[in-house]
Amino acid sequence: MTDVLDAPTSPLGKPIKRTEDPRFITGEGRYLDDIKLQSMAHMAILRSPYAHANIRSVDVSAARTMPGVLAVFVGADIPYNPLPMAWPAGGSAGIQNNVNTPRILATDSVKWTGEGVAAVVAETEAQAYDALEAIAVDWEPLPAVVDAEKAIAPGATQLHENAPNNVVFEWNVGDKAGTDAAIDGAEVVVRQRIVNQRLIPNPMETRGDIGWYNPGTDEYTIWMSSQTPHIQRLLVGIFTMGIPEHKLRCISPDVGGAFGTKIFCYADMALTLFASKELGGRPVKWVEGRRENYQSTIHGRDHITYLEIAGTRDGEVTGLRVKTLANLGGRLSTIGPGIPTTLYARVLSGCYKIPNVYAEVTGVYTNTTFVDAYRGAGRPEATYVIERAMDLFAAEIGMDRAELRRRNFIPPDQFPYENPSGLGTASGGAKIYIDSGNYEPAMDKALATVGYKDLAAKKAEARGRGKLLGLGLSTYIEVCGVAPSKWIGAVGEGWGAAMWESSNIKVHLTGKVVITMGTQPQGQGHETTYAQVIADQLGIPMDDVIVQHSDTQGTPFGYGSYGSRTSSVGMTAAIKAAEKIKAKAARYAAHMLEANVEDIEIVGAEYRVKGSPDKKKTFQEIAFALDLAFDAPEGMEPYLDETAYYDTPNCTWPFGTHIAVVEIDEETGVVDLVRYVAVDDVGNKINPMIVDGQLHGGIVQGVGQALWEGAVYSDDGQLLSGSMLDYALPKASRLPTLELDETVTPSPVNPLGVKGVGEAGAIASTAAVSNAVIDALSGLGVRHLDMPYTSQKIWSTIQSAKGGQA
Amino acid sequence: MGEHISLTVNGAVRELDVEPRRLLVQAIREDLDLTGTHVGCDTSQCGACTVHVDGKAIKSCTMLAVQADGADVKTIEGMANGDALHPLQTAFWEKHGLQCGFCTPGMIMAAADLLANDADPSDEAIRHAIEGNICRCTGYQNIVIAVRAAAAAMRDGAGAPAGA
Ligand code: FES
Ligand code: FES
Repeated sequence: MTDVLDAPTSPLGKPIKRTEDPRFITGEGRYLDDIKLQSMAHMAILRSPYAHANIRSVDVSAARTMPGVLAVFVGADIPYNPLPMAWPAGGSAGIQNNVNTPRILATDSVKWTGEGVAAVVAETEAQAYDALEAIAVDWEPLPAVVDAEKAIAPGATQLHENAPNNVVFEWNVGDKAGTDAAIDGAEVVVRQRIVNQRLIPNPMETRGDIGWYNPGTDEYTIWMSSQTPHIQRLLVGIFTMGIPEHKLRCISPDVGGAFGTKIFCYADMALTLFASKELGGRPVKWVEGRRENYQSTIHGRDHITYLEIAGTRDGEVTGLRVKTLANLGGRLSTIGPGIPTTLYARVLSGCYKIPNVYAEVTGVYTNTTFVDAYRGAGRPEATYVIERAMDLFAAEIGMDRAELRRRNFIPPDQFPYENPSGLGTASGGAKIYIDSGNYEPAMDKALATVGYKDLAAKKAEARGRGKLLGLGLSTYIEVCGVAPSKWIGAVGEGWGAAMWESSNIKVHLTGKVVITMGTQPQGQGHETTYAQVIADQLGIPMDDVIVQHSDTQGTPFGYGSYGSRTSSVGMTAAIKAAEKIKAKAARYAAHMLEANVEDIEIVGAEYRVKGSPDKKKTFQEIAFALDLAFDAPEGMEPYLDETAYYDTPNCTWPFGTHIAVVEIDEETGVVDLVRYVAVDDVGNKINPMIVDGQLHGGIVQGVGQALWEGAVYSDDGQLLSGSMLDYALPKASRLPTLELDETVTPSPVNPLGVKGVGEAGAIASTAAVSNAVIDALSGLGVRHLDMPYTSQKIWSTIQSAKGGQA
Repeated sequence: MGEHISLTVNGAVRELDVEPRRLLVQAIREDLDLTGTHVGCDTSQCGACTVHVDGKAIKSCTMLAVQADGADVKTIEGMANGDALHPLQTAFWEKHGLQCGFCTPGMIMAAADLLANDADPSDEAIRHAIEGNICRCTGYQNIVIAVRAAAAAMRDGAGAPAGA
């Protein structure tokens, strides 16, 4: 059998309108809170007003008598385990992890404002919230600490008995002796403390669950706004509640954005299931309020880093040494420790050939909301460190920033490249390496678009208008398509799961194709892109492909959508399934046409006998005949139904150059982002329109971090940025039109040549904008400033630089 | 229970008994089962709940249901005319103005108010008009392009269905 794709009619690579959109533009999307079930009750959760306190007692007697109240629960009522820890830092390599995860409801003490203490289930949501107010908790407030540096200092309040000095783990990667020597002997060393501030992710739909226990079958079903329905069968089912997979069905309806926050196992999931069981099988709904979301759904970032970058006066970077404190919150979220270790420190050297890299990371408990993966997860933090470091180094030796980058890029002839910060650290030959890249053309394109050579003139022109103009570069790489299971298993990081993906294709009697998968969309348009890929594979119209997902009943097991892995890992599984379908269809076509299967060629949806163009069967004819199976040959099963599981041999490595141009008003300190140029290489594109949309969204989230966003706690642990009123999200009026461009280096890892694009924008943009703001202030002698660049902070900086009153 | 109100929603008269504290958005979503109007915050910031009341875009989480007694309310479900999408709906689809779709109904309602008052808005005017609507997915870029495209289509006579 040979396969000749009918390229002109293929939808692959085209900017096709999304098939999921009609329901969303007409208000017919079905998000968690849109679901109403018969006899459904409503749950509200009482959350701690203290950041750190012991619970002496909880009196729920008055609440039990409130109108409409069906049940009230406290921690001691819940028979389940604390939430699971799925990714301790270097766990299997013997790193000590002092693990404390949340209980379903706190029992003895609380560790952050917002930790759940009691729950009310009532006939209506309003009645449930009314009854919360009747619960009396006798608190013993304790001193709190919210800052990671203060938390590990002597004399700090201690959060957990098993975590002396509030340390979760101490982990390192790279060659310490070599890096120490490189830095000690270097011509130039630049040192800087930098803060990557805490962010609140803010998907526009908050989280929520509907738990339902069916007493007739002793089975549980949960609807939840989640990125990972399959994994939750393990995390919520087996590990937390002690019920096996076949007793728990997990369904994600339409998900209104996630950005990492909906990967994890949260206490409310088991709580709604528990409550439903206690109520004898009434479904129980809980929907998170926005202020509640700010306290009870994970935060992102929150690193304090001491960086040292060393090299020669003529611009060769020879060493990078980094010490990072990662604030992980009051208790650990599902994979909190994995983010600042594997996903951060192992890619610290970015796209540069730096021979000596060493990083130490300390995970720290503080009285704050837990921190876990938020768009980019570790890689934006790494990019921020290395891109700030490159600018600092260039400034120190007086070299042009672009030139310094150019000199230190990994040259295109040196791939596959194994970086020194430990990507390749693994036993058993399961290393991963940066497989491809060509960084200079992307940077040159971006520099040309933005008019880099005229920068001095632009600055002078702006100066005349009372503006300080600055330009910032970020030349990034990203690890996408996580990840080879062998590597994840062998690298000793303790990630307690594999990372393969799955897909099933069934071809109905009419030739309509139903594809299911283990991945799960949250706005990325998978219903469209999977259909594009499979229509291309099978040579059929997209309309004939139905994409179903997000229900563990009826989809093959998969690890879900995060880490920009769906296109490269998930869709490769779908291609493998399509190849099996085609192989069987070809065998059956050979039988129908009385030919040898070797003589069948596939042209689009036609299975032809080579050399006899009239002897052919269409895909639909084959599907019809194989479904009826009246004439199936001996040994051939009826029906076209194939499943494939795919484990990627490597991650994928998008790269690019982002350039931000800002203007700062000297009088007010207001920073305006005036231009943003991005040249990204994400490999081949399944749907370029969707790719651009992913980049836009990611870039703006990263811009938000640089300019406006930041979670702020008072010293006693109150979340001051506790609502959307106090947390500054990017708005349309503060953004320019983003200028996107591309280079295309297909990934050699997968048949589509795709790399992944969900996180790239967020990974690159924060550093670009930060570097631009600092460039704008450099004339005043500013070499570094921590984000976010609020007008107040910039104004004060300008005033103190000028010797005025800050 | 509570107050009796009567309002016209997407052209049909609806009678409801509501608690005095019930928000208009709750009445729309829970009493009328029009779940296309979303709730994204609790401080009137996000605009996911934007609907039209007497022809003006308002955030339905900032209004009590009893205050809407006698009003004419239009939600996203009332924007299309049968199978004919409103030009804004078409443009959001064609220009990829949505990803997760959660902000989309509110965005479309806010943009419709703009276009009712300005047939040819600049990008700046569009960005200003949707400032009270937060989208975390799109970076707004394709939303602005979609609103501009819808304005052009409407100027070219693509009908805004009844009353939009
Ligand atoms: S729900 Fe956010 S403004 Fe109304
Ligand atoms: S499309 Fe997701 S919030 Fe706008």
